[in-house]
This record gives sequence, C-alpha cells and structure tokens, in this order.
Amino acid sequence: MSMEAHPMLLAATAAILVTLLLALVRALRGPTHYDRIAAINMFGTKTVLLIAVVAFISGRMDLLDIALVYALINFIGVIAVLRLVAHGEFHSTGSEDIEPGEADRG
Amino acid sequence: MIDVIINVTLLAFLAITAVAIIRMSNLFAIIMLFSMFSFLSAGVFIVMDAIDVAFTEAAVGTGVSTVLMLATLALTKDQKEKQPVAHRPWLPLTVVIVTGSALVYGTLDIPPFGDPDAPAQTHVAPEYLERSIPETGVQNVVTSVLASYRGFDTLGEVTVVFTAGIAVMLLIGGRRRKEELEQPQGDPDDA
Repeated sequence: MSMEAHPMLLAATAAILVTLLLALVRALRGPTHYDRIAAINMFGTKTVLLIAVVAFISGRMDLLDIALVYALINFIGVIAVLRLVAHGEFHSTGSEDIEPGEADRG
Repeated sequence: MIDVIINVTLLAFLAITAVAIIRMSNLFAIIMLFSMFSFLSAGVFIVMDAIDVAFTEAAVGTGVSTVLMLATLALTKDQKEKQPVAHRPWLPLTVVIVTGSALVYGTLDIPPFGDPDAPAQTHVAPEYLERSIPETGVQNVVTSVLASYRGFDTLGEVTVVFTAGIAVMLLIGGRRRKEELEQPQGDPDDA
C-alpha cells in the first residue's frame, strides 16, 4: 500500500471510521430492533465505502468489484432481517407461499 | 501508515463486537452483531490484500450464515436462558491466559507480514507462479490451484458443503402450519 495518499482520501477514511464507530454504538445500545437493523445497514454501507477508499489509496482497482459484492450481500441480508421482523418467521402461515430456501436466495 | 490505522481501528471494533456478543442476552441483537463482525473481519482481510478470503467471508459470514441464524431464531425463542454460574472463573481464566501467552510467544519469530523470504513464499509458491499459466491456462493462480491442481480436493469439499446444506434445509426448512405444530409430522411435499 503506497505511503503517500491524497489528504482528501485520508479525511474520507477518518470520517468513515468515525461513522463506523457511531453505527457500532447504535447497534450495541439500540433499544429496538429497528435501531439495530438501521445500524447494521449503515455499517455495511460504510464498509463498502471504506473498501472503495482503500482501493483508491492502494491503487488496486479490483477491490471495487468486492465493494459491489458487499453492497449486494448487505442488501440481501437486510431484506432477510426485515422479513423476519415483519412476519415473525420466515415461513408463511397463510396464502403467501415462500419457503426459507427462497429467503436464502433473497 | 494509513493501512496500519485502518487495521488497528477495525481490530478494535472487532474486539468491542466480540465482547458485546459474549455479554448480550438478546439473540436478535447478537445475530446483528455477528453480521457486523463478519463485515469487520472481511474489511481486515481486504486491507491485508487477501481478496479471495474477504469474498468468502462476506458471502458466507455476512450473507448465508446471518440468514440461517435468523431462520433458526424464527423457530426458537429469542432470549438466551439465564444459567446460574456453576464454576469459578479463575481456573479457566488462567488456562486461557497461559494458552494465549504461549500463542503470542509463538508469533514472535514468525517472519514479518508480506516478507518475500518467508517459508510460505519460497516453498512451492514460485513453482505455481511459473507453471500454472502454461500448464492450466487459468489466469488467476489461486483459481488454478483450487480448481485444477487440487481439483479432487475441492470436489470433496463441495460435496461436504452440499451435504451440510441439505441437512440444514431438512432441519429448518419446510412449511409449518399451526395444525402441524400440534401434531408434528413431516410435510410430504417437503425437501
């Protein structure tokens, strides 16, 4: 990793790390499920941003692909969590016919 | 310099998350923190340039295992049972500290991170780097090792993972209705 990074990139890294800390605090304290879900979602987003900044600092542009994968996984994970909270379970009890296997695939 | 700062911060977050996971009793929050733990460790892997490991950590740790644990939670209670502490913490604590010290002592003569003269870099790695592209034609050397030189090994691993996946689907899968809960029976159109 190259030593001399653009100051703006360093500032962005610092800002992202501070935001990660704030999201972590909210996930630890968050009294309701929704606080924690929002914290996790933001944590994933900030991880994506952190990977993108690291890609620019280190000049390894292939890391941007990883950032895209993380964004997708984060999205799927949050959908799964919201599904659990909304329905109380993955299994549909009524007419809606979705099995947990489909929940795995998002 | 900046990568050291990122690494130290991410590792500190990892430690905070791990301690919180141990001390919490709300299982939903613990699953959320597990997901966060995976994101953090994947970030550490990326800063250490282990992109393929980070890929796996993100897909398995954050994606599939979070969903599987949530599915399990949906079938069980969301509170950990409070158990009375039945042992003294001093003996386990001593064992853990001694073991940890031994492990840290063992890391002291490990070559530095990324050292080109480390045994891991000089044993078979140069052979693979030289021969894999002419022999297999695969551009990514890691992929050539996994899918060509160790193809049978990878096939065995995939079989194991596939079998485990089927077992998990059988255990937590399938539709449950109220009447089935009263009289537990396998759903014929399961699987």
